[in-house]
Order: sequence, then C-alpha cells, then structure tokens
Amino acid sequence: MAALTKEETEALIQEVLEIYPEQAKKDRAKHLAVNDQSLEKSNKCITSNRKSLPGVMTIRGCAYAGSKGVVWGPIKDMIHISHGPVGCGQYSRAGRRNYYVGTTGINTFGTMNFTSDFQEKDIVFGGDKKLAKIMNEIEELFPLNKGISIQSECPIGLIGDDIEAVAKKANKEIGKPVVPVRCEGFRGVSQSLGHHIANDAIRDWVLENRDGDDSFPTTPYDVAVIGDYNIGGDAWASRTLLEEMGLRVVAQWSGDGTIAEMEKTPKVKLNLIHCYRSMNYIARHMEEKYKIPWIEYNFFGPTKIAESLRKIAALFDETIQAGAERVIAKYEAEYDAVIAKYKPRLQGKRVMLYIGGLRPRHVIGAYEDLGMEVVGTGYEFGHNDDYDRTIKEMGNATLIYDDVTGYEFEEFVKRVQPDLIGSGVKEKYIFQKMGVPFRQMHSWDYSGPYHGYDGFAIFARDMDMTLNNPCWKQVKVPWKTDDTSKVAVAAGA
Amino acid sequence: MPSVMLKKNAEGKLVFYVPKKDLEEVAESVEFDTPEKWGGEVLLSDGSKYYFEPIDGQPDFPVTLRAKRVDSGE
Repeated sequence: MAALTKEETEALIQEVLEIYPEQAKKDRAKHLAVNDQSLEKSNKCITSNRKSLPGVMTIRGCAYAGSKGVVWGPIKDMIHISHGPVGCGQYSRAGRRNYYVGTTGINTFGTMNFTSDFQEKDIVFGGDKKLAKIMNEIEELFPLNKGISIQSECPIGLIGDDIEAVAKKANKEIGKPVVPVRCEGFRGVSQSLGHHIANDAIRDWVLENRDGDDSFPTTPYDVAVIGDYNIGGDAWASRTLLEEMGLRVVAQWSGDGTIAEMEKTPKVKLNLIHCYRSMNYIARHMEEKYKIPWIEYNFFGPTKIAESLRKIAALFDETIQAGAERVIAKYEAEYDAVIAKYKPRLQGKRVMLYIGGLRPRHVIGAYEDLGMEVVGTGYEFGHNDDYDRTIKEMGNATLIYDDVTGYEFEEFVKRVQPDLIGSGVKEKYIFQKMGVPFRQMHSWDYSGPYHGYDGFAIFARDMDMTLNNPCWKQVKVPWKTDDTSKVAVAAGA
Repeated sequence: MPSVMLKKNAEGKLVFYVPKKDLEEVAESVEFDTPEKWGGEVLLSDGSKYYFEPIDGQPDFPVTLRAKRVDSGE
C-alpha cells in the first residue's frame, strides 16, 4: 500500500476518533498527530505525559514499574525489596531480561524476588517492623549483598509507613547503603514518574557517598554509560565499542551495574545518555553539581552508531577521534555484509512502532539502514521533549500517537497496513492474530542485543526472520480469498 | 515561580530547562548579561518571557535558579 498523504492521515485520525464520546474525543485528539518536520516544537501538535482516560485500554505501567523494574532492578549486587503485597514483585520478576554477570543468590540478585508480602495485619498495624526484620534476615542469608533498596508498592504510601526512618536505622546497623524509594504505583500518570523518583533517590542516597574521597584513580577518558539496561546484553555490545575507541567505561547505569559503579560516577569526565527519558534527571543533576557534561547518543544501526561515535569523540582529544574512526572502519565490512544480505529482503517494508521512552525514535535509523520505513511511532510515557526529538527523525505525514489505546492502535494498523509492528507483549498476540508480523521491542522478543554493530546483525536477522516467515501466508482462513479482502480495504479507504 | 535549570550549549547560548514542564528552550536574549551583572528578563525562542532577580556577576553555569514567568508568548 502506498504511503498516506498528510490529508489522508488526518482523515484517518478523525475517523478513528469518531467512535468516542464527545469529551473523550476532544481529549484523545490532542494525543494523535500527523508528523510535520517543519515544526520546531512538538507542543504545537501533540500533548503527552497526561493521565490516561478511564475506560480506554492503555498500555502504560506504574511508578513502581519505572523504579523497581527499570532503574533500580538491574543494579545487580543490591537487593531490591518489593515492599508491599507479593504480586507486584512476583509478576514482574525477571521479565525484563537485564543480563548480568555473577552468581545469582550469592553475589548478584537480579532475577530474584524479595518482598515483604504484606498481609491484612501489616496494613492495619503498619509494616515498618516487618521491614526492619526483613533487612536483618537479608543480611544474614545473603551477606555478600552490597546494599538494599526499598521499592514501595501502593499500600506503603496509603498507610503512611515511615520507610525513611527504617532505612536510616538499618543503614547504621548493617553499614551498607539502604535506600528508601517512594515509588508507589499510584504516583504520576505512568512509569515515567517512577524513573524520576528513582533518579531522585539515587541523587539523595547514593551519588554523594564518595564525595571528598579521591582514592579512585581517574583518567582523562573516563565515561559512564547511562540509561542502558543491558536488555539481552545491549550494554555489553555498546561498551565494547566505547572501549575499543579508547575510552574507559567506569559505570553502567544500570544494566549489569553495581552500586560501587554508581558511587564512582561523579568522578567521570562525560556522561553518555542512551535512554534520555529515564535518566536525563540524574545527568542534569551531575552536570550542575559535579560539572560533568552529558550527551545523548544512539547505538541502533551503523549510520547512527558512526554518528554517535564521532559526536562522542569530538569531546575528547585526537587519540579518541582516531579511535572512533578506527572502530567504524573495523566494523565496516561486517555491517556492510549484514546490509547486503538483508536489505534486499526487507527493502521498502513499512513498520509501525509503539514502545516506551527512547526506542520509538532511536530504532528508526536502524530500520532505515535496512531500507525499511517507519510509518508510525508513539511513546507509552514520553514527554514533550521526547516528541521534540522525534519530529526530526520521522518522515513527513507519518502518524504519531501518544499513549495510544488498544482500539486506536488496532484501527491504525488496519488502515495503514504496515508490514511489521514493533511493540510490547500486551500488543503482540492481537496483531499476530490479525496476521501482521510482530516483534516485541521492549525485550527484543527474547533475542538481542540490538545495540552496537554486533547487535545490528542480530537486529537485521530478527526482522527478516519475523517479516519473511512463511507462517504469515497461512494465517488467512481458506474460505476468505484474496478478492474479498481487497474489497474490504477498498471500501475502508 | 518555576525552578529553571540553566546551562550553556555548545554554541555558548543559554539553554533553559524547566523539568516539570518538559520545557527545553534556547534563550534569545538576556536583559543583563555582563561579567558584572546577570539576570532580568529572558526571552525564549518560543516567545515566552521569564524574569530572574539580577545578581552581581555571572552565575556558575549549569545552575538552577528561580524564575518568574512574565508572559507566555502568543
């Protein structure tokens, strides 16, 4: 199907909105837009980071998910207590595939679930005593932990437990960092506030632990990788490139990261931000307090990688700049071969994305390297500064949707008819049943890494594997011939 | 009275960031911008104006300061 014009896309949005009651229609209209590259600012065309409408199928998470699941969870040598009833921690346990090195249960705890398992009596009488007891038990059972974080679930805020006091007391008793995080799920409109709360907790309880301690030997090439959660090994694939160009990666935030790395981050020369949405807060704080500059980079697809490597190198001396060129040259044959192999199979295919807070714009370059076109994109919990950065990346007259509802997404797909959809597990089976190839782009569909040159090869293979899978031809039931489906499309158009 | 995080970008221009509003703008002009005095009305590229209490000498960028909103532009 040919690309939609601006008018057609606008008409499509109007048509999809038609089903809503007046008030809901007015509200949702602000979240759907046609991309216009001439706009400087996204607030002219789209509203974001607002409360989801009751009654629509939103795909968002909560503040606890943003803090425990995203920011704190991957810090491997700390124990993160899901403080509250058992479900929040248990049903999100190990789902994000943040890989790490270590022996789980001995010196690393990434895939384990620690919870205070609230019961009625804890709600009635408060859970502070239980929390204190749990931390002592943790110390006894897992003595190699390097610290504890308390991730609040909704009841903690509702009953008003003083977890800060418990944390301070425990910190004195066990002599390790104990960080209370007020990330109750009901705070904010999505997981985005959870990221912010988690960043603030790091700022208040962790970052200044080594201020005034100069025992850590520094080099002029120290950097920290911030906002890479090592999903399927992403951070490792990124780290190797940075190290090959001559930089020293002091800390990984927070995929395969440790608390010691985080405490050392104020000593670095430059912060590299991959996921802007979840960690720009701490980068901005470090810039102000420690005068550490930060830049955003993008390690999806060879075009963006080369661009980012050069941008990073420009902030250092000639050895690093030469290093960047050397790295790009070294992998050139490798990624050219990947493109030569997969581009003919993927050329001209159209993709619709709906992901979290960074990938809706970051992966566009990788698809374009393979000759594919992104015709619609949107964020679950992006803010306007994310959309500012997206407008330039997306083509004109493409669809942009914020906090899209289940219904809207389905209708858009029916009309735009993309060849591939990249979104999360909640959307996956709906679209697969509709016969549209689908990749889960939160956890890379149990594959990865997708970052870096190594990741690009896997990315290309996975997209080809999904898109050109013969099973999609079998989805249509035999009595529905091609003719009838064509008529339906024409009637809808 | 928003808290505004101010920093200089690579071109030496003042970047204005208000976290609560996701507002990230380059400042077009600053009323007083000399080594002796800094502050006054700041005009942003989107047309909005903010007022900072003038201070003696340049602040040490990046820095967070309180600003008063003068008008919202359009």
